[in-house]
Amino acid sequence: MKKTVFLGALTVAGLAAGAAAAATLDDVKARGKLNCGVTTGLVGFAAPDANGNWDGFDVGLCRAIAAAVLGDAAAVEFVPTTGKTRFTALASGEIDVLARNTTWTFSRDVDLKFDFLGVNYYDGQGFMVPKSLGVSSAKELDGATVCIQTGTTTELNLADFFRANNIKYEPVPIETNAEAQPLYLEGACDVYTTDASGLAATRAAFENPQDHVVLPEIISKEPLGPLVRHGDNDWGDIVRWTLNALIAAEELGVTSANIDEMAGGTNNPEINRLLGTEGTLGEMLGLDKDWAMRAIKSVGNYGELFERNIGENTPIGLSRGLNAQWTNGGLLYSPPFR
Amino acid sequence: MSKSDLSFVRTEMLPEQAPPVTEQGVVKWLRENLFAGPINTVMTLISLVVIYKILVGITPWLANGVWTTSSLAECREVLQGQTGGCFSVLTERWNQLLFGFKYPVEEYWRPTLAFVLLMVAITPVLFQELPRLFVAAAAVIATVVLVELLAGAAGLAVPTVVVGGLGYWVLARFGAAQGWGSMAVSRKLLLVTGLFPFVGYWLIWGGTVLAPLVALVGVLAGYMAFRRFEAASFAMGFLAALVAALVVWYLGGFVTAAAQDALALPEVPSRDMGGFMLNMMLGTVCVSLSLPIGIVLALGRQSDMPIIKWICVVFIEFIRGVPLITLLFVANVVLAYFLPPGTNFDLILRVIIMITMFSSAYIAEVIRGGLAALPAGQYEAADSLGLDYAQSMRLIILPQALKISIPGIVNVAVGLFKDTTLVSVISMFDLVGMIRGPILASTEWNGVYWELWGFAVVLFFVVCYGISQYSQWLERQLQRDHR
Repeated sequence: MKKTVFLGALTVAGLAAGAAAAATLDDVKARGKLNCGVTTGLVGFAAPDANGNWDGFDVGLCRAIAAAVLGDAAAVEFVPTTGKTRFTALASGEIDVLARNTTWTFSRDVDLKFDFLGVNYYDGQGFMVPKSLGVSSAKELDGATVCIQTGTTTELNLADFFRANNIKYEPVPIETNAEAQPLYLEGACDVYTTDASGLAATRAAFENPQDHVVLPEIISKEPLGPLVRHGDNDWGDIVRWTLNALIAAEELGVTSANIDEMAGGTNNPEINRLLGTEGTLGEMLGLDKDWAMRAIKSVGNYGELFERNIGENTPIGLSRGLNAQWTNGGLLYSPPFR
Repeated sequence: MSKSDLSFVRTEMLPEQAPPVTEQGVVKWLRENLFAGPINTVMTLISLVVIYKILVGITPWLANGVWTTSSLAECREVLQGQTGGCFSVLTERWNQLLFGFKYPVEEYWRPTLAFVLLMVAITPVLFQELPRLFVAAAAVIATVVLVELLAGAAGLAVPTVVVGGLGYWVLARFGAAQGWGSMAVSRKLLLVTGLFPFVGYWLIWGGTVLAPLVALVGVLAGYMAFRRFEAASFAMGFLAALVAALVVWYLGGFVTAAAQDALALPEVPSRDMGGFMLNMMLGTVCVSLSLPIGIVLALGRQSDMPIIKWICVVFIEFIRGVPLITLLFVANVVLAYFLPPGTNFDLILRVIIMITMFSSAYIAEVIRGGLAALPAGQYEAADSLGLDYAQSMRLIILPQALKISIPGIVNVAVGLFKDTTLVSVISMFDLVGMIRGPILASTEWNGVYWELWGFAVVLFFVVCYGISQYSQWLERQLQRDHR
């Protein structure tokens, strides 16, 4: 009994301390660095290069936020997190924002007390099979052995999908993507399933990618986006609108190449508001008027970021698909800057 | 006896004949060891087939290995569909595998030097009289490292080996003549051992030299206080030492804070440590810390004083009842909830504490086994000599108990060293973490498995096999034929 009381007191003390340190923006400014949680390594999304510099699609978002807040895209402390440590790192205040291709789900948003601030990549679970299997649809996979990462939403999605279609499968549990690759290639499983972006990256690394096909079915929604702790809405707004600024910049045709020219003033008032030549949007966020301009200039707009890290000209070779602008039939739709 | 009874008597000795072909040399060995019976023959043939298959698989992989490309795709282009390892990943990322991806390149000499010093520092602890071979080996390593440092690259293998060999020869010759490797030299080297923790810390983490210096002065002050009060009682001396050390450290804190730049090396934060260096650091620190703590716990568990006994029992049983990976998660994740936000309690320190606690509980149990194996007569003999508790333990009991425990302690040490790879799960980039995370996730090297894991296996095998060989040697040295 006494122990419970003691532990309870500790928890309360911890929560109180957490609430007291709510002004993340001030902390970040005082520190001069943004603590950004990323993965320990995922092809195209976040990985350090041979010189130890982080690069990737999620990393770009961290750099954009740092550029907007601190004026320096290099002022980021990348904190690598695993699937198991990411949420505690954020909840405990070790990181200011988590940009670690994390799926936006109800329970994570509500129960774990985080705020998802938008979607920077619309993913979905797919299947990859060897061409020699002669399968053209996931519904033909009756009796297949499937390599699947344990403890993820993909595992649950898979069970749902096969039950709904009334077909059987045999799961081969694996720990990481890196482990799945050789297993699949050696034929330990007929099918490999994970997020479609992961499948594309995996397939791209094969010796003979053309011998494998990604089936057309996408069996789940996996909206990946940045998230912050509940309770500091000012900080959340900054992250949300930095992401929106990158998306809007692509829609408005602002790139890192022409941004200097555009910043001199244009005929489009929305561009002017975005880049701070009109209005006081930056001040409303608690930043200065050039915040969005710095973010876009440092990493490029959404389209540039995509093409550079995971787009069709990279080894991963993802097409835009759902991640095209709404004007091109995709789902990217930034609210207006007004 | 008449001559005529015998038809023939040989009068001279026959010359010795060679044994039959089947009873000598290679044939005999083969017959006895490989083809002794039908089952044995079948097993031999099967083994030969297996070895052949393995060799057929591995030889082209090694022989066709590609060492100079900058990505897996280029490797495949060079190989054109042939079997062959893509060892370029090792030549391009060797620094990340050894030092982690954030340790500044221009500071690599620091952990390397610390490693060499570590070798020097543990020598007198491990060998009472330095074996000549060891002196020579140390000379080779030192020369190799020196040349590598001067050349500033790993691409000078041939001259390095030549110079190293020369150093080996010279030292083996003259070292022996000069009496290097005698007890006296070993004693002098103990000084290096005493200083190493401070020098090693300074080299690896950097910062002002004052911080480790203050720590050293504190330890010295503690030691002197201990000597002063030891006569009163062991506990008194221990307490005095603690107080003296704390006072010095507290006062020294002001000095360090005032002069941050005195003889400062560029600071490297813990977060930037990684690669095999991290495994070595964790392994060395935790083993050397957990041994004394384990001894204290084992003695405490046997103590007659109920509070001390129960503290030790509860600690040991609790820690042994929890998997190491759980303790690591506690270190990484749960502690962060309890500490006030903003405090950044060094992650490596947290992990070191947890691993040390874990292994000291195990070592305590191993040593308790050694203590229990001693006949009660030994304890009584110590008492009858009039020795007090500390003396009897130090002079009579522990030397014998520890000797019995050596295999067990080494077992724990090897296991612990390998367990340091578990830190990759809490997003630290040790050797395994580097391979699983950044390297396999880079667009260039996604898909290289055998080469990387093979490299990790070789590194760990060398260290663990070395430890085990040493322990066997030590057992032979300490053999007094009791049993």
